[in-house]
Amino acid sequence: MTSFIGYGADPRIRFTECLPWLAAIAVFFLLPDYLSLGARILTYILFALSLDLILGYAGIVTLGHSAFFGFGAYVAGILSAKLGVTDPLLLLAAAAAMAGALGVATGAVILRTHGLTQLMLTLAIAAVCLEIAHKATPITGGADGLSGVTIAPIFGAFKFDLFGRTAYLWCLTILFASWWLTRRIIYSPFGATLAGIRENRVRMHAIGVPVYRRLLTAYAISAMIAGVAGALLAETNQFVGLNVLGFEPSGELMVMLILGGVGRLYGAFVGPLVYLIAQDFLAKQFPEYWYFGIGLMLVLVVLFARGGILGLADALVARWRKLK
Amino acid sequence: MEVFLPSLVSIAFHGVAYGMILYVISVGLSVTMGLMGFVNLAHGAFAMAGGYVLTSAITRLGLSFPPALVLAFIVVAAVSVLLERWLYSRLYDAGELEQVLFTIGLIFMAVAAAQVVFGMLQQPVLLPDYLKGRVSLLGRDFPLYRLFIIVASSVIIAALWFGVERTLWGAMVRAAVDNRAMAQSIGINTRRLFTITFALGSGLAGLGGALGAEIIAIQPTYPFEHLVYFLIVVSVGGLGSLRGPFAAALLIGVSDTACKYWLPEFGAFFIYVATIVLLLWRPAGLFGRRL
Amino acid sequence: MSAVLETRSLCKSFGALVVAENINFRLEVGARHALIGPNGAGKTTFVNMLTGLLAPSAGQVLLGGEDITRLAQEARVKRGIGRTFQINTLFRDMSVLDNVALGVAERQGVSRRLWRAASRHRQVREETFALLDMLGLADDASKRVVDLPYGKQRLVEIAIALGLKPRVLLLDEPAAGVPSLESGMILQVLDRLPEEIAILIIEHDMDVVFRFARAITVLVDGQVLCEGPPAEIASDPRVRRVYLGEQHE
Repeated sequence: MTSFIGYGADPRIRFTECLPWLAAIAVFFLLPDYLSLGARILTYILFALSLDLILGYAGIVTLGHSAFFGFGAYVAGILSAKLGVTDPLLLLAAAAAMAGALGVATGAVILRTHGLTQLMLTLAIAAVCLEIAHKATPITGGADGLSGVTIAPIFGAFKFDLFGRTAYLWCLTILFASWWLTRRIIYSPFGATLAGIRENRVRMHAIGVPVYRRLLTAYAISAMIAGVAGALLAETNQFVGLNVLGFEPSGELMVMLILGGVGRLYGAFVGPLVYLIAQDFLAKQFPEYWYFGIGLMLVLVVLFARGGILGLADALVARWRKLK
Repeated sequence: MEVFLPSLVSIAFHGVAYGMILYVISVGLSVTMGLMGFVNLAHGAFAMAGGYVLTSAITRLGLSFPPALVLAFIVVAAVSVLLERWLYSRLYDAGELEQVLFTIGLIFMAVAAAQVVFGMLQQPVLLPDYLKGRVSLLGRDFPLYRLFIIVASSVIIAALWFGVERTLWGAMVRAAVDNRAMAQSIGINTRRLFTITFALGSGLAGLGGALGAEIIAIQPTYPFEHLVYFLIVVSVGGLGSLRGPFAAALLIGVSDTACKYWLPEFGAFFIYVATIVLLLWRPAGLFGRRL
Repeated sequence: MSAVLETRSLCKSFGALVVAENINFRLEVGARHALIGPNGAGKTTFVNMLTGLLAPSAGQVLLGGEDITRLAQEARVKRGIGRTFQINTLFRDMSVLDNVALGVAERQGVSRRLWRAASRHRQVREETFALLDMLGLADDASKRVVDLPYGKQRLVEIAIALGLKPRVLLLDEPAAGVPSLESGMILQVLDRLPEEIAILIIEHDMDVVFRFARAITVLVDGQVLCEGPPAEIASDPRVRRVYLGEQHE
């Protein structure tokens, strides 16, 4: 299901890898009415990227990734609404640091377990975060959510406008930087180690790799990126609600990632794009049927197309090559 | 002290009723996870289905309460057989991620279907007249239905434990949970065993959902909302064991009731924290042997 | 001659089941030592205790004089113990190059780097290719392990262990399951292994044992039955009895 990038791989950026960015810039000029949806998609791509690192590359199944997303969102929201910190870059940095710390704390505990216990712990931690956000109303706004999140103009010059133009470009920039960093990590020896851990953990121990430490590092990095994504959401919506926490965003993100293809970097791009666009058009008109359709799609993907959209694309390309 | 003791009794009573329902629903999950190694997150959907069957049977088919309960068990068990044969069985050898995704997909489908067919609102709890009212115990009044829940669950649980301890089917399940390869090599038809056990576990979930509709409300979001608790019962109790989840379910039932009564501002916070602590201390669960 | 690997009174029991009893074992520098014994004698258990996969119930394991009994697997690997598994434990979907490079990179201390691309680490690639060359696998470097014949997969298993530059190499049935046409390859590789590595090989194939070993230890029911050069072991009546049974004496 996943591709391996290791010591034999060419790390130079291929032409096809530039296409998503060109497309994103084209969207900015050609589809000005859809920029807030666009910003949302970009944020979720970042979130999906963070999950792919720990799930697709390191092989850790977690249902609680929303904990870092939501934590980042609330950190940014609280710093802004309650403590008056409004610089957008500073908010992202704070969210990254705090989410990373949470990642280290929870990872230290979770990564020593495996199987159902590990899955259960990821769920329990996400549930705890949701409960805290729900009940700590004076800080988080409770069930009504945290409003009054104000963001200063970026670098003092670019104000967040009503049409979502600044938000879109801001998300695009952050996504680009994060993508670039993540891509380096995946191509690095560390990334190769992660894939080794996923493929055959026993072997990795027998090679002398400190498996637990490597997983913890990956988990912390993944948490940081998820935290940045959450903070981005808080900045662009200028609001943080309870729906950034709990099982549903984790589940939904998983669906997006599986749809695109796990463990192949660009699955995290394709999945949220397709999902959120489909959701925008279909869910408004037929919400229950949308949900049913997603469930059905998930079942079918697991049974027949485990590599998601990119996996199917690969299979088609392979068949086309055979015909030639 | 005057006020404390009766409220303690009340909490114990309601907590035990809640815990027993949790157990009846979750025990099937523990056995199938221990037996088939299959992470079935959609188990709550079976419980929800049982509740819907009960209400539909009473309102649309005019059945009285006892046959409606039985119907809940039978219908859910039958549907689960179809699901197991057609879908679940293809993924027995698949990885954990696939099983998780697959069952999440099933949850989505079940939730959506429930919404379309039954609407968003909670199903009304339709008790027969002879189970309504209150009964007096230890100086306090308790709802008769809750007492019925405790008694009925005890009967179900006793029958289950007897079945697993004394019947041939039970022996085969215990053998296969212990060592599947070994069980197969002595001629146990594990395929059929899986199907029967899955049907039984799901049927029990449906029965528990129907029986416990008063405590755990039947509405489309049921499988999501209560998933964590069912999984806690199973993981803290220990996969593949019968007694472990019973202890865990009672613990959760009573603690949850106590917390909601005395510390409502904290909600389920303590339960989750306690789960985390317990799982770190005993990763295989209180009584578990695998994992 | 100093012992590079030594065990003192090593014991292991699982409840009432004793799988290793009072094993005193020495492996000299540059040794070519074989561990033989009937099935269930506890050979793999012994190796697992040497590598740290299993903790002994009593006794000590010493590497180069240092007590490593409490050390975890990874630490022992860093101090120079490498092993192969009886059943191939490889990264099946990865290339041969990556399989071996992972170990080499770890040993070189490179594998925790996040910044530069793996394929740009020339030292890792060069050392890996040199190793593959030595084992005759250079042409298969970019092939997926799962696509190789079983005999070559066994060689990859050995290559990974060699990439760790171990002082002590524990080979668990290297020729096991290899069709006879391919086992010649493995024997050649075993012959050409560097002299300074102390090698302990578990084997059932007596041809391999007698061709390769300069010393043999016989393990039966978790205890050392006898030890010595091949000729002595071959003519020892107790060994015959263990392998062939009473009537055939």
